[in-house]
Amino acid sequence: MVENKQEFWRWKEYNWHDESLDPKGAEIISAGVDVGSVSSQAVVMVDGKLYAFSNMRTGSDSPDSARKAMSWALENTDLKLEDIHYTVGTGYGRVNVPFADRAITEIACHARGGNMMYGPTVRTILDMGGQDCKAIHCDEKGKVTNFLMNDKCAAGTGRGMEVFADLLAVPIEEVGELSLDVDEEPPPVSSTCVVFAKSEASSLLRDGWSKKRVLAAYCSAMAHRIVSLLDRIGVEKDFAITGGIAKNSGVVARLEKELGLIALKSNYDTQIAGALGAALFARALIEKQRKKVSQ
Amino acid sequence: MITAGIDMGSKYVKVVILKDGTVLSKAMAATGFEPAEAAAACFKRAVQDSGIDRSSIEHITSTGAGRKAAPNINSDITDVGAAAKGVTHLLEGVRTVIDVGAEEGRGIKIEANGKVVDFAVNEKCAAGAGAFAEAMARALEVSLDEFGKLSLKSEKTIPMNAQCAVFAESEVVSLVHAKTPKHDIARAVHDAIASRIVSMVRRVGINKEVALVGGVSYNCGFVDSLGRALETEVKIPENPEYVGALGAALAAGERIK
Amino acid sequence: MKANYGYLDGSGEYFITIDTDLCLKCSDHGCVGACPVGMFEIIVDDYDDEVAAIKEAHRKKLKYDCAPCKPISDRPPLPCVAACTPGAVTHSW
Repeated sequence: MVENKQEFWRWKEYNWHDESLDPKGAEIISAGVDVGSVSSQAVVMVDGKLYAFSNMRTGSDSPDSARKAMSWALENTDLKLEDIHYTVGTGYGRVNVPFADRAITEIACHARGGNMMYGPTVRTILDMGGQDCKAIHCDEKGKVTNFLMNDKCAAGTGRGMEVFADLLAVPIEEVGELSLDVDEEPPPVSSTCVVFAKSEASSLLRDGWSKKRVLAAYCSAMAHRIVSLLDRIGVEKDFAITGGIAKNSGVVARLEKELGLIALKSNYDTQIAGALGAALFARALIEKQRKKVSQ
Repeated sequence: MITAGIDMGSKYVKVVILKDGTVLSKAMAATGFEPAEAAAACFKRAVQDSGIDRSSIEHITSTGAGRKAAPNINSDITDVGAAAKGVTHLLEGVRTVIDVGAEEGRGIKIEANGKVVDFAVNEKCAAGAGAFAEAMARALEVSLDEFGKLSLKSEKTIPMNAQCAVFAESEVVSLVHAKTPKHDIARAVHDAIASRIVSMVRRVGINKEVALVGGVSYNCGFVDSLGRALETEVKIPENPEYVGALGAALAAGERIK
Repeated sequence: MKANYGYLDGSGEYFITIDTDLCLKCSDHGCVGACPVGMFEIIVDDYDDEVAAIKEAHRKKLKYDCAPCKPISDRPPLPCVAACTPGAVTHSW
């Protein structure tokens, strides 16, 4: 008998494009594809303006995910893959983007993307991805001056949060709000390991803790863990958060409290920062190429 | 002289009752969510099996991750100290002790009399201990015992990228989808744990004889992987999961004088 | 730029930091040959600079891969740090 098990970790996949923008006759159409271990995004820019993007779960095959992300971003637009002048691949699967002209690390791309999303005053970018956590210092042009990436350990990553959402049978998109609905902030669970934190949570539930309280304890542990990571390179204003967990109000609020800083907000979707940066690199690279040719 | 040792492990509580260097009885119980209660119940059982009266126990020493929470004890001793004493009592010529439990892995360098010279601990990360094997056995949907045996059937070493139990679970699922034989996956997992443990043990130096203790010793797959990674034979005493409690009981005896 | 390769997990923080601004001044790349495990490599980074980096395969296992150079007792100077003439390499543990 097959159990009808709801997948609580599953977040919504989507695509978008700007109907008011007409890509025909554009000087440069550039694209960035970020193939992460958990999610993939494709961004298309028309003369430096965001035109279209997609955000979906990465499948078992990286090249396939890259192609799917790209065609989904282009869906309902008048553009085809061949219309794109230059594509940069980034993320864990960056060398597996078959149609990319170059691969650039997600560190550099997040700094560049963050610079566009949050403006030239941003100096510290925290990216909380599906299976990694990055702390990046950049200058006013979005160039990296210091970075640190932790992709060894699940604590402080999206996967860690997915494990908890699943354990508590709470849809991942609701975790943040629910965790903030507590009268008093509970002590955090083990922030050192998701496996141990999960056992602790089971024990707390047995002790009568409400789901909200356990979520609060885990979000608190996660924030604490992320601050340890950030402390290694220091946090300089202005501070911004990208990636999926940026949408988790419970973690963001606790992070801001512990750091004593408010994170800048953006109108852009926080999950496209990497692909956006990649598309910006793509534009710069094709511009450089064209200048060389004309000399 | 009658003493008792209580090893408050994160997964299992072990009790040993010792009279003049001979084990009278031993008992084990799951720690569960109430360690002190589990320990008390386990202790009661051990006393019942020993045939002696509770009041004749002169000194009780605890060890293990939860040693401070053990009920009615007279003293406590570190896991490292307990393992060293326990092994020296059971085996001859041991100079390196490898102790792998559910949540911690340790490499200990000892002298002939059981004195600890150096130690390296792998803690607070499930990937460095038994919890990793358990999580992967679950991902493959086999019992831990089967998991160990499966690993022995493999003749290949496949690489594992993930260094975290949570990420490794996803990797195992992908490997299964890609039709990788379960026994090869099992071996890769045991090889990974063994390699991590051996790196830590190298920090104290690998000197024969090498002994392995702790509950994970029952995992034949892990023992095989460990032997290969160390390139030397590993001695396992009888009842390896009780070595910590035994060591604590021996320490208790020293503290009476 | 300070490139921090490594990770932090429940058992501690393990990072090798390569200061690429200092690294650029080097021509003999002593780190590559000095490491007994061979974890250093020379790459062209995202900003087109030729600098040293830790190979991807080792970044998540630094605690274990660096263990041979870090015995508990009588720890000698680390070969990679000693070999780096501009002083660009540091270990966090």
